[in-house]
Amino acid sequence: MPDAVTTPAATTPTVTAPTPNQMQKQIIKNKAVVGDDWTVLRLAEGESADGVAIPVGKVIVPLTVWQAQAAALQLRAAAGELGVWFASDERPEALTGEVAKFAVIAVDFPKFSDGRGYSIAYNLRARLGYTGELRAIGDVLRDQMFYMQRVGFDAFEPRADRNIHDALKGLSDFSEQYQTSWDQKSPLFRRVQRTGVAQ
Amino acid sequence: MYQYDQYDHLIAKERIAQYRDQVRRRLCNELTEEEFLPLRLQNGLYMQRHAYMLRIAVPYGLLSSEQMRMFAYIARTYDRGYGHFTTRQNIQFNWIDLEQTPDILQHLASVEMHANQTSGNCIRNITSDEFAGVAVDEIIDPRPYAEILRQWSTFHPEFAYLPRKFKIAINGAVEDRAAIAVHDIGLTVVHDASGEVGFRVMVGGGMGRTPILGSVIREFLPWQHMMTYIEAIMRVYNQYGRRDNKYKARIKILLKAIGAEEFTRQVEQEWLDLKDSPSTLTVEELNRVAGYFTPHAYETLPAVDASLEAHKAENKAFTNWLKRNVKPHKVPGYAIVVLSLKKVGVAPGDATAEQIDFVADLADRYSFGQLRVTHEQNLVLADIKQSDLFAVWQEAKAHGLATPNIGLITDIICCPGGDFCSLANAKSIPIAQAIAERFDDLDYQHDIGEMELNISGCINACGHHHVGNIGVLGVDKDGSEWYQVSIGGAQGNESSVGKIIGPSFSATQMPEVVERIVQVYLRDRIEGERFIDTTRRLGIAPFKDAVYATPIKSESLHGEDAYA
Repeated sequence: MPDAVTTPAATTPTVTAPTPNQMQKQIIKNKAVVGDDWTVLRLAEGESADGVAIPVGKVIVPLTVWQAQAAALQLRAAAGELGVWFASDERPEALTGEVAKFAVIAVDFPKFSDGRGYSIAYNLRARLGYTGELRAIGDVLRDQMFYMQRVGFDAFEPRADRNIHDALKGLSDFSEQYQTSWDQKSPLFRRVQRTGVAQ
Repeated sequence: MYQYDQYDHLIAKERIAQYRDQVRRRLCNELTEEEFLPLRLQNGLYMQRHAYMLRIAVPYGLLSSEQMRMFAYIARTYDRGYGHFTTRQNIQFNWIDLEQTPDILQHLASVEMHANQTSGNCIRNITSDEFAGVAVDEIIDPRPYAEILRQWSTFHPEFAYLPRKFKIAINGAVEDRAAIAVHDIGLTVVHDASGEVGFRVMVGGGMGRTPILGSVIREFLPWQHMMTYIEAIMRVYNQYGRRDNKYKARIKILLKAIGAEEFTRQVEQEWLDLKDSPSTLTVEELNRVAGYFTPHAYETLPAVDASLEAHKAENKAFTNWLKRNVKPHKVPGYAIVVLSLKKVGVAPGDATAEQIDFVADLADRYSFGQLRVTHEQNLVLADIKQSDLFAVWQEAKAHGLATPNIGLITDIICCPGGDFCSLANAKSIPIAQAIAERFDDLDYQHDIGEMELNISGCINACGHHHVGNIGVLGVDKDGSEWYQVSIGGAQGNESSVGKIIGPSFSATQMPEVVERIVQVYLRDRIEGERFIDTTRRLGIAPFKDAVYATPIKSESLHGEDAYA
């Protein structure tokens, strides 16, 4: 299956004119559709991590931008107005000891079938101890969101051409699971009394 | 065998509801085909050349007669009256309508079956020894561990979009009948010096374009740590496996690239964080699951049955069948019967609905209502009383299931190939049939003895050609179908990858090619030597010389049209 998609789907403009109450961008957070005032900064062709200008307001910058401009961005981070996003080939350990600085950390799915983001999210939660908002961005679709939720995502920016209320339904596909992940620290066999052979 | 509890039923039910809605959204175009693709694959549904194919999981190859009858029902109701047993111990149906798949899955759930993760870039059905629990050489029954891993891997949230498919096999006997060396993870259940149970962990085996045998990355892993250790392997692979080229995406390529030692170091480091976490298996859970795999209520019988000896003396055909298709059982007076799905003229692994029902019946009447599927695409009745063997043989024979060819040259492993599969470069079933016809003479087959002949219609190697004593690979050359031949491959304890003997052949040349290879063996073998031993002793040179010595007559039609 071709995995090469250069334009992140999240930046695809919607074709329908927004109605007034859709003017504000919406995301799914804590299993509800809510308004969102964060902007995701993506480097355009020719822009560099150390040279790109950071727009005003709440911005989620690429990890490389944070690494290049950390000194200048410290104050905005301290004010709760800075987030960082990981590309799927970047390592969560890059933020070891720093995750608490960010109001939001996002993980980009360049293609919905790229599964690296699941391990990045799990590691951010389980290994780096990140407790803030963990957001899935990029090619985020309803049918992957249940698994995303399990590995530690609590916020989702579904692809702009999809109905966000439909996407929300993806979070309740299953009511039970066998194995542990971030959401469920104990496997089924430890949590419940399972039936054995009838004597 | 394992039985679902309320949780297994609940999870299966919720899965079907999820999938039914995905199919609905696909049909009304809410989902694009590209988006639907991995969803249907993880429910076992492939798009093939003519129709959808549904692959149903047979966990570690074990079935009840009731489940078997459901296959017959599906074959009649939703397919064309037959099914195909696969090299991964599963069954697949080739003529399925997308719209009907949710209903089929619902029928399957009613007999505690599913098609979860039988395809897609996820952890696939766990395979194991087809003689588990009854083999004379068994050390530890691997099935409880296989079932525990089935549950652990089902809908694992982090490992559903891996770089590529991921196959785990478990063996618990002296002889490896699960081909663990050609799996992404191959586990062997063993005892350590103190008698504790654990696993020897092998990683990075596989076939396909780059056949590689697995490397042992841990000699002994105590059983409690099975899931946390596999989780560590999976997490390393999910992060570092290549995703830029599907032919380089299997874990074997990662192992090759960084070396087994470095890979092991990464896994062990990852595992440090997971070891002794709540995913650690408990004695209670192991005992609960193992309780489903306790021995049947066997009768106390003499080790040798007198009536059996009498039949042997009188009936050569029966004796041939005993010699090839009946294996020793660990309980005195019992035997393991392999029902051959390799009758000449039938596609290897195919069974009609009538045969499927019949085997379910046989299992009920003679074998505690259970049966198994082998990775060599045959069926097994694991618990037959020796005194019943003659009756079972007569009945099986009447249904075309008693060809005495298990382990012989006509017991061919063969993928569906170009007749069905959209990935195939060439047909494989007609080649298997032509070779089987050429070697139809039973005395000749028995003289040739142990021989694994495996055929794949493309480089994905579903027909395991790399590990065939004789391997046949279909290739495409300028739009025609050609066949590349290798010899010296083997599965099991002495696994090896076969070597290609030279330029490829047309379809109609293939029976003669195999004949010439066999002739070299018959000429040069020394007393008691199997074909594989001779190829190891002599190398490929004498075989190559004989095959290419004189031109082989090829029919005027080549490849695509040869068997039209």
